[in-house]
Amino acid sequence: MSNAALSQAGLPAGTDAGPGTKLLRAVAGRVVIAVPYLWLLLFFLIPFVIVFKISLSQTAIAMPPYVPVFDLSEGIFGLFASLRELSFENYLWLTEDALYFNAYLSSVMIAGASTFLTLLVGYPIAYGMARAPATLRPILLMLVILPFWTSFLIRVYAWIGILKPEGLLNQFLLAIGVIDQPLIIMNTHTAIFIGIVYSYLPFMVLPLYSALEKMDYSLIEAAQDLGCPPTSAFWKITFPLSLPGVVAGCLLVFIPAVGEFVIPDLLGGSQTLMIGKTLWNEFFANRDWPVSSAVAVILLLLLVVPIVLFQNAQARAQEQGR
Amino acid sequence: MQSLGSIRRDFSPWNDPAAKPYIVFDQVTKKFGDFTAVNNLSLSIYEREFFALLGASGCGKSTLLRMLAGFEEPTSGRILLDGQDLRGIPPYRRPVNMMFQSYALFPHMTVEANIAFGLKQEGMESSKIADRVAEMLRLVKLEQFAKRKPHQLSGGQRQRVALARSVAKRPKVLLLDEPLGALDKKLREETQFELMDLQQKLGLTFVVVTHDQEEAMTMADRIAILDKGEVMQVATPAEIYEAPGSRFVANFVGNVNMFEGMVTARDASGVSINSESGIAIRTENAGDAQSGAKVAYAVRPEKIKVSSRPPMDTANNAAEGEIYDIAYLGDMTVYYVRLANGLVVKAASLNSARLTDDPLTWNDRAWISFKPDSGVVLTR
Repeated sequence: MSNAALSQAGLPAGTDAGPGTKLLRAVAGRVVIAVPYLWLLLFFLIPFVIVFKISLSQTAIAMPPYVPVFDLSEGIFGLFASLRELSFENYLWLTEDALYFNAYLSSVMIAGASTFLTLLVGYPIAYGMARAPATLRPILLMLVILPFWTSFLIRVYAWIGILKPEGLLNQFLLAIGVIDQPLIIMNTHTAIFIGIVYSYLPFMVLPLYSALEKMDYSLIEAAQDLGCPPTSAFWKITFPLSLPGVVAGCLLVFIPAVGEFVIPDLLGGSQTLMIGKTLWNEFFANRDWPVSSAVAVILLLLLVVPIVLFQNAQARAQEQGR
Repeated sequence: MQSLGSIRRDFSPWNDPAAKPYIVFDQVTKKFGDFTAVNNLSLSIYEREFFALLGASGCGKSTLLRMLAGFEEPTSGRILLDGQDLRGIPPYRRPVNMMFQSYALFPHMTVEANIAFGLKQEGMESSKIADRVAEMLRLVKLEQFAKRKPHQLSGGQRQRVALARSVAKRPKVLLLDEPLGALDKKLREETQFELMDLQQKLGLTFVVVTHDQEEAMTMADRIAILDKGEVMQVATPAEIYEAPGSRFVANFVGNVNMFEGMVTARDASGVSINSESGIAIRTENAGDAQSGAKVAYAVRPEKIKVSSRPPMDTANNAAEGEIYDIAYLGDMTVYYVRLANGLVVKAASLNSARLTDDPLTWNDRAWISFKPDSGVVLTR
């Protein structure tokens, strides 16, 4: 026993030069990890705390338009005094007016439906890209990303020109004689669906493509070899194996679509109720910062659920990744 | 020369003119663009045969297998299975199954579900499927791994799952694409015998593609040596090794010493060859070599004797040289003997005794010699 202990003690401690470098390395490691945390703290957590604080305030005709405002000159007691004035009234207000509940509900439903439509459109595109010759794939990928080079706002405006009663689509359909009355698409849910599917398609296609592209094609051959016709092989092999991509794509579309403001505002017209628009109205039209902050906080809580689901799915996919 | 039969006694349907071949490649050509992968190839494989397609990468062996499975259609020619022309039959309707080189196990399914996949496609009753799956798991000794996913298995275990899945449907023909390629050497040797065992037990026809000649020699009843999309020789492993049909085959399989030369005389007992190395060769295995023909005389290293003393007959089949290099492999020693004209001859001697009474070392003068029936005359 003593022999073993001796020989162990005689061994140099690892490959490290000494305790100094070890400490330095540990500190450097912490610093590297700290950078993203610091980023999140500065640009996510602190703004969120500010919004949350405003949501607990009351509106006032002032600048900024709410009270209480922290006054540093009154010191720590002033802080406590203003904290006492905070209340959950704004949240209660959200439950009293059905407008907010309906807006949340319709946002979730519109986002859900358009996510599904985006999946229907995006899957064949991603599948086609993944099966394209390897030399062609970078170009196809480029084409998917290309719309990002133009401003999002301009692209949505462009859809007005296409969809309005005297727009390009109606002119075209009237010209070829498919319809004799212009279609009313503008200011309907259909226009919102078109807008969301169009705008968020790359977010669906990219994760789907990456899931489909790394799939071994010999799996499909193996399925066929075992007696499975191509369509059936798609549903039994390809689709289940692309599920991580489907989940990632759907959440990447659904999450921003719920809070979408520009598309319902420009394409959906005045009667469309979506929470992003409600938020905008409260903030800019009513100048009710506390209520709009409360709306934003609830929206965030609403979105935390799918985000957690997304992260779980990601973790599971990574664990399964061989 | 006596015929060199199959390693399996009493199994040589290819020598029986009445036997009907089970798989026939009839003048099959496959082109990918400008590249000809398989060139006007004809080949017959018999029922219950363990047939190996052996060749370097790019020789067209995998393409042959994929055409049999239905993943590629021949550009011209026919492929018959049990008399039926396979043209136009999609892979999912062919009575053949394939074991893929990558195994192609479905990663989202358990071992059990992988094996059951083909049976479900057939529409087999679920109770029968369960029985068959259990039987297959027993066959490949993976009973306790039924519920695992492929990524939870070792390479050897995955190989067994792939094998079980491909034989579960009892196909008429099992196609194996480099079945042991991904295994380490020890495991590969064990698995070779298991595969042979399985083939015997199930009575299936196996067509295996491999680039590993040892693998092909060990397992196959017959081997087809392929090069550039053409068949160079189809024969039993022993024939391929002892009676190669061409310089290519002799060089491709095992080690060989090639003495290029010209036939100077042919008579009833054999031929005399004047070789470029200076050795006067006299051999019984003349083949079809006529007097004056340019030939090569191929002798395997283990059939060449090395000694420090001259052999009885130094006029024929013998030469003196210098030991140029020695490779001691434990079970045998390979001597590289340089002859007067610079040709280096490989001679392997089995170390059957622990100590030899005739130790040879670098730069020693030594004699090489071989018997009249040690080599073969190659005209091609």
